[in-house]
Amino acid sequence: MSEPVLSVRDLVVEIPTRTGVLKPVDRVSYDITEGEILGVVGESGAGKSMTGNAVIGLLDRPARISGGEILLKGRRIDNLNRDQMRRIRGKEIGMVFQDPLTSLNPLLRIGDQLTETMLAHLDISADEARDRSIAALDEVGIPAAASRIDSYPHEFSGGMRQRVVIALALCAEPALVIADEPTTALDVSVQAQIIALLKRLCRDRGTAVMLVTHDMGVIAEAADRVAVMYAGRLAELGAVREVVQRPRHPYTEGLMGSTPLASRGQRRLRQIPGSMPRLGKLPAGCAFHPRCPKAQEACRVDPGPDLSADQGRAACWFPVEQVEVAE
Amino acid sequence: MSDMDVIEAAKAAEKGRIARFRESDFFWKFRASPVAMVSFAVTVILVLSAVFAPLIAPYNPFDPASLNLMNGFSAPGVPNAFTGETFFLGTDDQGRDVFSTILYGMRISLFVGFAAVSFALVLGVTLGLIAGYVGGWTETIIMRIADVQLTFPSILVALLIFGVAKGFTPVEYRDQMAIWVLIIAIGLSDWVQFARVVRGATLVERNKEYVQAARLIGRTSPAIMLRHILPNVLSPVLVIATISLALAIIAEATLSFLGVGAPPTQPSLGTLIRIGQGFLFSGEWWILLYPAATLLTLALAVNLLGDWLRDALNPRLK
Amino acid sequence: MKALVSVKNLTRIFDVSKPWLNRVIERKPKAMLTAVSDVSFDIPEREVYALVGESGSGKSTIGKMIVGLLTPSSGSVEVNGIDLSRETDAEKIDLVRSDIQMIFQDPFASLNPRWKVRDIIAEPVAARGGNTEGLSERLLEQVGLSAEDAGKFPHEFSGGQRQRICIARALASEPKLIVCDEPTSALDVSVQAQVLNLMSDLKDEFGLTYLFISHDLTVVQHMADKIGVLYLGRLVEEADPETLFTRPAHPYSQMLLAAAPKMDGFGREVAPPQGEIPDPINPPPGCAFNPRCPLAIPLCKQERPELRDVNGARVACHRAEEALARMRDSVTA
Repeated sequence: MSEPVLSVRDLVVEIPTRTGVLKPVDRVSYDITEGEILGVVGESGAGKSMTGNAVIGLLDRPARISGGEILLKGRRIDNLNRDQMRRIRGKEIGMVFQDPLTSLNPLLRIGDQLTETMLAHLDISADEARDRSIAALDEVGIPAAASRIDSYPHEFSGGMRQRVVIALALCAEPALVIADEPTTALDVSVQAQIIALLKRLCRDRGTAVMLVTHDMGVIAEAADRVAVMYAGRLAELGAVREVVQRPRHPYTEGLMGSTPLASRGQRRLRQIPGSMPRLGKLPAGCAFHPRCPKAQEACRVDPGPDLSADQGRAACWFPVEQVEVAE
Repeated sequence: MSDMDVIEAAKAAEKGRIARFRESDFFWKFRASPVAMVSFAVTVILVLSAVFAPLIAPYNPFDPASLNLMNGFSAPGVPNAFTGETFFLGTDDQGRDVFSTILYGMRISLFVGFAAVSFALVLGVTLGLIAGYVGGWTETIIMRIADVQLTFPSILVALLIFGVAKGFTPVEYRDQMAIWVLIIAIGLSDWVQFARVVRGATLVERNKEYVQAARLIGRTSPAIMLRHILPNVLSPVLVIATISLALAIIAEATLSFLGVGAPPTQPSLGTLIRIGQGFLFSGEWWILLYPAATLLTLALAVNLLGDWLRDALNPRLK
Repeated sequence: MKALVSVKNLTRIFDVSKPWLNRVIERKPKAMLTAVSDVSFDIPEREVYALVGESGSGKSTIGKMIVGLLTPSSGSVEVNGIDLSRETDAEKIDLVRSDIQMIFQDPFASLNPRWKVRDIIAEPVAARGGNTEGLSERLLEQVGLSAEDAGKFPHEFSGGQRQRICIARALASEPKLIVCDEPTSALDVSVQAQVLNLMSDLKDEFGLTYLFISHDLTVVQHMADKIGVLYLGRLVEEADPETLFTRPAHPYSQMLLAAAPKMDGFGREVAPPQGEIPDPINPPPGCAFNPRCPLAIPLCKQERPELRDVNGARVACHRAEEALARMRDSVTA
């Protein structure tokens, strides 16, 4: 196997507070290879966005990386200073956020934002950058790109804006794109368009994608592999079909089961009792044990086996044994 | 356990206001900020010594019977050449103890300040709430009046009101009325800030779903404004009130310094400074310096406290 | 079955013009947005009627008109046979009002942060001068929280718990109808399941009727007895879940169902839907969906289709039969 584009090793993010140190991301490890879409899924507060922000070096103070390594194409990037990191953002890592309005400068024409990014990162002339900008807008499906390149962000609809953001994220041909809830603010029909676009572009260019979302449906359709996070830790990591259809971690199983789709035809939805603990009040041992139907003594003491990139799928002492159903 | 027992136990377990306050972020931020603690302490000391001035002050500077003209111009801490009495901060031309006049003067300054801010607050918050919640023409009229008022410097507005009021009051009541006119003049020039902030906050709160829920229940508009919206727009009001207090104290001092404020029979800090500046170049610096220093300390402490409150209550800085 | 709520030709037009002076200077006419246009449906007692649609479909506006937060521009809402916007007897209106409650989308904005949970829950009863002794505590236990929570403030609860508090408040005045405006779209999946289950249980226990407003097809499919699909303020299809999800007859419903992510859609490559929702201030003439519709014919641009019965559903489409046929072909293919 070739070298992974992004390799996260035992990443720990800490937030010091007056009541103690919180760990919104705790010993998380995963790889993303070329052309692969890794879905990072979890409920709010699970640390999925924080992981993405740590990779692009955009953690809000006082949060900071306190352990582990982040390697981009084999080179460490977690210890770079702000200037070096800024050069990597946009050039080697593209970003797509939930709200397209916040990632576009409302005072600049979209063409200027695209050419500016290209000129900053690519060795090309201004005219060439403009031509490429039009091509980029055309590629993300903006009709009449040549005439709309001089429009301002507010002149676009939400879906079109997100297309512009994707064009902006990909224009410097980065090796990795981090998409944080890229479709959450969009309507169902537009969401399908954006997901299809993201998939097509990344497959064509061989870009690695980290797709952060809470929507299991989006993950199932778009991702190749999926990382399930719970209370700052990786609960399960594996091929998307495996994780969705034969979850091994009891949390993943509960999460999949509680979607209305999975309980189709049933009077009641399956539910996980309780709610995710707040970061300041994590239980000892496995953070899921108070809600887990299979919790035993070991779960109350030890946080579960480490989930390193190559061994084991679920960080659980007693993973769900899936009975193969004859089909 | 019966239902009632559960309910009683639940009520007993509730934390009191003080306990909740002690656990709050607000209290924690206060404890973590030396500026806040010092300015709070200074403010409290000054306010308390003004309130209890009759108990603290060694003399009553406004009781003619206790005054001895022979004590005039005593330097601070130096025994008087004629009477041998020693005054901690010296005396003025009429033999009044400067320390005592400052305490009594601060009383008037603070009273005018608090009263003017309270007046501005009640007026501004009421109009702001109504403008924000009712909207339409009511809002347009209230906010245009506010806009027009903002185009005049507040001292000018105060001077104008003061001048008009003076024309209507009979001469024999003028000294008594002066303080009240001062309060209204400063209060009227200050309500706009409250109205604008409260209107803005009300516009935000009005569209929140808890207000819709209250409307749905059938609550009347005044009830929604008072019980639902008002408590949620009060934190910026608290900040403005604190900063306004400092400004009102200074405005009062300015007016008094200009001779249109507190009369010499009831001298505020501003009046004392006006009286004192006449003696600065004849060597009796203490008559001016100590009231001025007190005014500065008071205004600075209240202002710093207001600044800190603004930061502490600002959700964006959390 | 008796209809608890009867919505007839409901229309709501918003004036979204710029202020008068700007209009005069820029010489622009008044801008009118038709958020809801000629919508009629009935909600039978003890049933769950769901309205689905994307943003701008007018689903929330309909909900607000039913509870009385907005007045209709034309048409009527009848609850128990009483038309709220035309009834003059204040006592009758008050009686109907106390029969309707609402649960909102954002559990963080729908509870007054300065009030204790006890006062929040009891408010609907307190506002009418009723006895609130022990009411909040009892309701809290009914929605799966504990009586001790009555003395806490909203910020001490998670999103799901807050939504339970909202449900408790909605139950306080013992209503017949609860309008639920996206009640779970701000919640995580596992919490959503808890809240939906709770709502189902309470419906059976108290004999409630729900108007369930959502953009999430999977949630609607699970909860509803009947579903109305809205597009740009118009009801385009009304059917029971079984019919709608197996044989959608309106091209828009078909598109919506195809676009929704599926849990078993691994690496699914479907042609995504074309176009976006048009500007509601200048909707297309005729059928509002015609610019995006693969089956559109010239008639669709000229004449607005009325709701008619097609194959067990009410559909507003000139080409519903063709759409159904196309659907059947694609399934067999």
